[in-house]
Amino acid sequence: MGFLKKKRWQRRHLVETFMKFIMRFSLVIVAGSLGLILWIVVVRGTPALSLDMVTKIPEGGYYMGKGGGILNAILGSLYLASGGTLLAMIFSVPIAMYLKTYLGDSKWGYYVRLSLDVLWGIPSIVYGAFGFTLMIALGLRASLLAGIIILALIELPIMTRAMDEVIRRMPIDLEHAALALGSTKFEVALRVVTRQMLPGITTAILLGFGRGIGDAASVLFTAGYTDRIPTSLMRPTASLPLAVFFQLGSPYPEVQQRGYAAALILTIIVLAVSLGSRWLSARLNKYTIK
Amino acid sequence: MDAHIQVKNLNVYYSKQQALKNINIEIPKNQITVIMGPSGCGKTTLLKTFNRFLELTGGTQLTGEVLVDGQNIYDRDVDVTEVRKVVGLLAQRPSPLPMSIYDNVVYGMNIHRMKKDRKEYKAAVRHYLEIAGLWDEVHKRLHDPATSLSIGQQQRLCLARGLAVEPEIILGDEPTSALDPISSQNIESRLIELKKQYTTVIVTHTLRQAKRLADYVIYMYLGEVIEAGSAREVFNDPQHERTRAYLEGQI
Amino acid sequence: MTQQNQSVNYETITKPEGRHARPSGAAHRRRLDQNVRRTFLVVTLLPILLISIVTISLIVRSWPILSAYPLKDLFLGTIWRPDKGLFGFYPYIVATFWVTAVGVLLATPPCILVSIYLSEYAHLLTRTIAKPILDLLAAIPPVVYGVWGLVAIVPFVDKVLAPFSERWLSSVSIFKVNQPTGFGILAAGIVLAVMIAPLIISVMYEIFSTVPNDLRHASLAVGATQWQTIRTVVLPQVAPGIIAALVLGASRALGETIAVLIVVGNVPKVPTSIFDAAYPLPALIANNYGDMMSIPLYDSALLSAALVLLIVILIFNILSMLVIQRMLRRKWAS
Repeated sequence: MGFLKKKRWQRRHLVETFMKFIMRFSLVIVAGSLGLILWIVVVRGTPALSLDMVTKIPEGGYYMGKGGGILNAILGSLYLASGGTLLAMIFSVPIAMYLKTYLGDSKWGYYVRLSLDVLWGIPSIVYGAFGFTLMIALGLRASLLAGIIILALIELPIMTRAMDEVIRRMPIDLEHAALALGSTKFEVALRVVTRQMLPGITTAILLGFGRGIGDAASVLFTAGYTDRIPTSLMRPTASLPLAVFFQLGSPYPEVQQRGYAAALILTIIVLAVSLGSRWLSARLNKYTIK
Repeated sequence: MDAHIQVKNLNVYYSKQQALKNINIEIPKNQITVIMGPSGCGKTTLLKTFNRFLELTGGTQLTGEVLVDGQNIYDRDVDVTEVRKVVGLLAQRPSPLPMSIYDNVVYGMNIHRMKKDRKEYKAAVRHYLEIAGLWDEVHKRLHDPATSLSIGQQQRLCLARGLAVEPEIILGDEPTSALDPISSQNIESRLIELKKQYTTVIVTHTLRQAKRLADYVIYMYLGEVIEAGSAREVFNDPQHERTRAYLEGQI
Repeated sequence: MTQQNQSVNYETITKPEGRHARPSGAAHRRRLDQNVRRTFLVVTLLPILLISIVTISLIVRSWPILSAYPLKDLFLGTIWRPDKGLFGFYPYIVATFWVTAVGVLLATPPCILVSIYLSEYAHLLTRTIAKPILDLLAAIPPVVYGVWGLVAIVPFVDKVLAPFSERWLSSVSIFKVNQPTGFGILAAGIVLAVMIAPLIISVMYEIFSTVPNDLRHASLAVGATQWQTIRTVVLPQVAPGIIAALVLGASRALGETIAVLIVVGNVPKVPTSIFDAAYPLPALIANNYGDMMSIPLYDSALLSAALVLLIVILIFNILSMLVIQRMLRRKWAS
């Protein structure tokens, strides 16, 4: 009797318990870092956050602690990220469609996906440096347009892969049914795939936007920085990440405080976009055939 | 009857659906018990409760008792790995571990630290491969990957691997369904040889296999045990109408 | 399995002669289909093209300095004085290596443990909670990581880790505290470790899910504990994938700019301890972009730094992707 009883102090059971413990501990560390980051940004950012911060552009002496806000950077970042996302959309939708309808899981599909993943892995500082060479070649100066182009390049692989992952799960039957009815592949792509792609496109837009708005190293080279709100594509523009970065480097504590506030604003935007994409894609998925 | 496994008031639920309904059976020692019934009747689910494999599937709930030698394997302080050492499993598809033939047989013994030195392990590997009827075919290539064997050989290797941890009970979940007829026959004759030492429980959906192997028969239908009894009684004179219908091939 | 069938079906369906007779207007529609197909093809080749364009343009722009100096002087030279025509990358290359190595080493144990936990142990509920947490962690912009590093990690290194190391590890040279400020390789490494963790964990999680459950069950059926099963059956199967995931993480860490720049101290000296301040290549590029055009060859030098980064990252990236893709494909095949 009792031959099946657990021998808790047997080596392998001790090891099992220990491993489970350190695994849970690691998970707590990883999740805890997120909590810690958010907590720090909120605690440091809120004191300097004010209505002026989000409604005014820097006034004279702003960088020595006088009045004004970072509306220039907020708007600049929104322009940059929206423009970049829009531009990347124009290219990523056809690529994702082509991958699905023509290449599928063929060898070429594999190469294209691999190259997208590789592009994804190129750091933004290299894109920035590339943007710099591009601007010299084209005689372009640091401007909203240059920033948008580089952000579009950065967002392109993320957005395409996100769409690709979603429509890859699209059931084959549906597509074959359409083909059997005599549609050409293009018509299939347009009618069936587009409808099914809606969740993919939404997720992609939000992912791309989130990545674009947070990117600092590339806009440093291409978009420049200015205290004014950009009025044309050819003018330089401020951006939130750079607003954070420059103000952190300031010797004035008031300005550093505002750097934290700018970081808080940026974090709120990015988290809202990230949570929004989860919520939206969960909702939209209900209306497509799985 | 000398019962090795006793099942008392066993109910199993998959999320909301009830898969097993109030099962009460006894499985005789050192005989081959065959669980049969149409597909989806809960045969495999019942088998999985005997080595607590059911809990590997998420969202299952279980009430009642399964007693092995009088001890409830679902008791709180029972070691599930001890249960699985005592109750071995021969899976539906042969699943050789991605290592050599030799290491496959040694695997469980190593896990439980059952032998002292290489010499003992070597002797044990030979012993169990002989029992499984595989020794003559593989003794020259013990260190080849197990996946290089044919499917039938792989299943016998899995049998050897299972026997090597010295279980008292062997469960077989349609153990020949993935095999060719000759390999199936080979496995069947192993199981018949082994029944003197092991209590064997086989799930099958082929009636002919059931008739070839069974000493004791459990017939299930829609999650319930309809009839259980010695093979001679059930096959020759089924008490229940459903069992009769199944045996006559109507279900 | 279905994936395979799918591509086969494509072949048979796209063959025009294999199709039924079409209603009128079919020719026009087919022409439209072909035109669209051609346009899409061009767009699809864009990613492949883009990699080449980026690489080539950086090569072209760095050519002046690569041809003006022997490679040995550039990559092993220790003095960086662009105004005197001295472009020694050595301290920056060493710093990049150190920062990346510390980041990856710190990330490795928790990432492996978390991905094992999520794939082998965790309940569905834990998994559904963990996924958005990792997504959020991945979504936080680098500059915010920089703020966190500046406010939390630098003081932590300064007040906790450095004194600890001085007390217990001062005899080991790489743990020696030479200038106690908190800014330096260790702070950058900690920040990087958290930044690359979500990517590494999600790749490893995918890799773990390629191991068929049959193997796990075969091990559990003979009475192995779960950890024994993981150690003896699962881990040997996924080892290449785990290494590839770490290499992928390293490639991300190599190019990280702003977050590292804020906490690493930016001192152009060859570091000898993880508590030393250092100056990695991306920081060098970002900090000096403004003066690039003012000194001869300066822009070429900085862009060649970008080229070096790009090449190393491309190699790391492609190697790890090939391994990961192969492992994920095996899952579809089985």
